[in-house]
Amino acid sequence: MQEQRLKVSVWRGDAQSGQFQTYEVPRRASQTVLDVVTHIQRHLAPDLGFRFACRVGMCGSCAMTVNGVARWTCRTHVQKVVGPQGELEIAPLANLPRIRDLVTDMREFFDKWARPEGRFVGQTDRHEPFAVVKPDTAPRQQADAGIECIGCGVCYASCDVVSQRPDYLGPAALNRAWTLVNDERDTRRQARLGAVAGDAGCHACHTQGSCTLRCPKQLAPTASIAGLKRLVARAAMKGEL
Amino acid sequence: MSDTPQAQARRWYAQRISAMVLALLVLGHLALMIYAVQGGLSGAEILARTQGNVWFGLYYALFVLACAVHVPPGLANIAVEWAGWSPARALWVARLFGVFILVWGGRAVYAVVMGGA
Repeated sequence: MQEQRLKVSVWRGDAQSGQFQTYEVPRRASQTVLDVVTHIQRHLAPDLGFRFACRVGMCGSCAMTVNGVARWTCRTHVQKVVGPQGELEIAPLANLPRIRDLVTDMREFFDKWARPEGRFVGQTDRHEPFAVVKPDTAPRQQADAGIECIGCGVCYASCDVVSQRPDYLGPAALNRAWTLVNDERDTRRQARLGAVAGDAGCHACHTQGSCTLRCPKQLAPTASIAGLKRLVARAAMKGEL
Repeated sequence: MSDTPQAQARRWYAQRISAMVLALLVLGHLALMIYAVQGGLSGAEILARTQGNVWFGLYYALFVLACAVHVPPGLANIAVEWAGWSPARALWVARLFGVFILVWGGRAVYAVVMGGA
């Protein structure tokens, strides 16, 4: 029986220019898109650049654009996305500058996490007793709903507002801000709400929901952003903004 | 004029609150339209009902005002995100359009309530 083969178009290039190049890869049972990219690097194009680390959906470093959709390649089975003739298209994540081949420059993505006071600043230091946080309060549950983000950039690459407004903080950074404003130990709430207000922040979101649709962790940044809009409104009415 | 994040947030809330007002007014407007055409649709018949009617005038004046508040932020966003305009330019052109809605909408309300046939 003839071996089935995949026709894989992979974006090859540098920061300035590039093009899709096609490779033939043997089809395997339970094959993931990361397996396909790894096969290409090991057997066909040793100079292919791409990122991965854990291979099991924990680190978030292998996100790429597969058939036009941002996904974790390690958790995407070929069977789920392959075309009828065995075709597959793999490109770097959108909305991020390209470095080489499938590798993007994530600096701006992470800098935007820091911009709206993304760092936790508590009320106590390490020498004081642990804060006792009740897990069943509404703010804690809202924080918990968004806390599992691992910073893979899939939401950022899927967001049309990021494409259209390069200064927009994006779903991941705003989701991070939402988890922090719901943390009762946090001390930077007012500054954070000021930092997420406006057209570079939560008010630019059009609630299209691509981030929520594509998040591999099934988080809902759209809901987090809507929550920030409510909190900013309340803060503005109290004159705290 | 500096466009602060706080001013941007204020515009967002103005747009949402005016949208809520518009949602109610549009429902009333639809109901009024269905009621108004029961006896046939003629300019004379409608003007006979609207002329001198203060409540009608207030209702549609509020309608025009809500439109003038609601439209500019959205138009400015479209101009920035789809047409690549600078935010300042988009905002001022959108505000001009808001004034246009206010003037021409106000003129229309005045004509059907206060104006002669």
